[in-house]
Amino acid sequence: MTAAREWVISHLRERIASLESATVRKRGCLAFGVAEIDAALPGGGLAYGALHEFAGGGSGTVDGAAAALCVAGIAARTKGQILWCMTRPDLFFPALAQAGLNPDRVVFAEADREEDVLATMEEGLSFGGLGAVVGEVVRLPMTASRRLQLVAEKTGTMGLVVRRWRRQTEASDFGQPTASTTRWRVSVLPSEELPVPGVGRPRWLLELMRVKAGECAEFIVGACDATGRIHLFPGSRDREDQTRRWDGRTVA
Amino acid sequence: MIERIRRADGTGELSPERPLVVVEKSGSKRWLAAVDAKARSAGLHVGMPAAKAQAIVQGLQVVEADPIADVAALERLTLWALTQYSPIVAMDAPDGIVMDTEGADHLQGGEELMLSGIVNRFRARGLTARVAIADSWGAAHALARASGRETVVAPCGETSRFVEKLPLSSLRLSPETVISLRTLGFRTIGELAATPRAPLALRFGPEIGRRLDQMYGRLPEPIDPIRPMDVVEVSRAFAEPIGAPETIAKYVSRLVGELCDALEKKALGVRRSDLIVHKVDNTMQAIRAGTAKPARDVAWLTKLFKDRIEKIEPGFGIEKLSLVAVIAEPLTETQKTSSLIEEEVVDITPLIDVIGNRGQRVYRVAPVASDVPERSVTRIAAAAEEVGASWTLHWPRPVRLLARPDPIEVIALLPDHPPVSITWRGKRRRVKRADGPERIFGEWWTRSSEFDAVRDYFVIEDDAGERFWIFRSGDGLDTATGSQKWFLHGIFA
Repeated sequence: MTAAREWVISHLRERIASLESATVRKRGCLAFGVAEIDAALPGGGLAYGALHEFAGGGSGTVDGAAAALCVAGIAARTKGQILWCMTRPDLFFPALAQAGLNPDRVVFAEADREEDVLATMEEGLSFGGLGAVVGEVVRLPMTASRRLQLVAEKTGTMGLVVRRWRRQTEASDFGQPTASTTRWRVSVLPSEELPVPGVGRPRWLLELMRVKAGECAEFIVGACDATGRIHLFPGSRDREDQTRRWDGRTVA
Repeated sequence: MIERIRRADGTGELSPERPLVVVEKSGSKRWLAAVDAKARSAGLHVGMPAAKAQAIVQGLQVVEADPIADVAALERLTLWALTQYSPIVAMDAPDGIVMDTEGADHLQGGEELMLSGIVNRFRARGLTARVAIADSWGAAHALARASGRETVVAPCGETSRFVEKLPLSSLRLSPETVISLRTLGFRTIGELAATPRAPLALRFGPEIGRRLDQMYGRLPEPIDPIRPMDVVEVSRAFAEPIGAPETIAKYVSRLVGELCDALEKKALGVRRSDLIVHKVDNTMQAIRAGTAKPARDVAWLTKLFKDRIEKIEPGFGIEKLSLVAVIAEPLTETQKTSSLIEEEVVDITPLIDVIGNRGQRVYRVAPVASDVPERSVTRIAAAAEEVGASWTLHWPRPVRLLARPDPIEVIALLPDHPPVSITWRGKRRRVKRADGPERIFGEWWTRSSEFDAVRDYFVIEDDAGERFWIFRSGDGLDTATGSQKWFLHGIFA
């Protein structure tokens, strides 16, 4: 019975895969290196040749700090140059360097208008050979996101969009559908408690809000380390002591 | 002219304190051709007999005019302007340069910024420049010379408002005509333009009407662009005028191919190239494309131009297309390493060029050895060599740095305790955890005003887990170290 079911499922998978364009399959994925997160994503990680959306939560919708650092961590783990497009140049690069992103790898393109950011992203994605193309945009209409997704599929470059609004109330726009493959929300959480006074390792609530051919999930993670990797924290119910918590949880 | 002489005077024979004039002569007649500011304030003016000037001012420095050297200097300046500002540049003899900057100003940040940039670059070399931008050559010529300001921008369609008060001498008429018109009682261009043409034409010929029409843009006045001697240029004239975008694109790619062949013979690569479109109605349009590195790649250059073919307005048709390599630099072929030996590095310069030619700012960042956060990052050219360095920091840094620290209200124990609560943008936040202080001293070795300055930075986290970077200006004790006020400088992830 189970063998028959597995055969049917694998047969169906093959048929669906043959419908998708040939390039998508062989691009592969960039794994987070955290088994739980990778398990929630089809292919075991963030797909190359696809568009991924990141937004902040709470006041992070305006400053987009956590989303930008999360994206920087992902970009740091890709190979090749990064094109970073934006309209508001308030990124402080030393912080991104602390997440493992080398300043020599990042080329910034600062535009005056939102539409120019999208056009530049499309140009970067269609160029091929870049590690990732990052864009900080307010609005991502369906048409624009579909164009970006298609051009990313064609060249296999990863497109990362940081959604960043002017006002917190405008962030309801994030509910609108787009063609991106995954959609994440990164909200800041109180940092990890230390036995002494001080700010511990920052923690984020990483919500996977939408993923093609997958299910939503949420994780409590420690922010990017010096190589751009995030670490899974056990849920808040878990009150193990500090040293034990790190043992075996750190995935290199 | 005066300034060229001052600059050429390397030996220091001419003293900057004494007035200086340039004397031109024709037969036995000698008169002043140029005067400097000191001489002008002493009452001398251009056209005055030299003997009279020498009688008025004691210790006057007199230099013989050298028109050939003046023209040569102007030509050098014009060629420089060609490489910097616009594809269509010509000498406006004897003392000016005229440029068609349409479609080129956005590369300099807009018209206003371009003009002030020109003035500043000249000033840095000890030259005074007057710059004006207007709809027509005539209007810009008059505004630059007669407005009395360093930069003038006459917006589109407002030429008449700007030029009506200008004196007749700025209309590019012969001096005799100007004197006769003054005798008739005309003072300004506005008065002359409001007078019926027929009597004027009867008395002075068609010249006045022509100059007025040129100034108001009713008569075209094409600029015949200057070209350096050794420039690589390819062009194509059409028997029948063309206008369709596909046709233009086809010929542009052919021209690019020819240009690349021509460049290859000279082992050059192009850094800046212009596509000049000659139209049937004797007007020109130019498209400029710059590259970050010398380029001789047909596909790359074609893409740069094809991006902007839509900007070409064919009008009644295009009769000639020419492609000029304005700046060319040596480019030699290099051998590529096989992908078997090492991983192939993708050269993204073509992408940088495409984005840069759309008027966006493309750059990389590099570290600067400075403790002051806002000075620790600098922008470098996107195609620059790899720096290889990064920041060496032991403390966390915020992802977003406010361009200008925001003042906040704080309840804190002095001198080194972190705040208990802060109020930022009208919202009060209780500080739950904090790290600090990280003391940053002013850079007294670069600015003496920062000799005592101190900033104490804290990382704070509020109840909701939002983390901020705040600092107190001053060490909390001594008012000489700062105002002791608190500011929010950055937002952590």
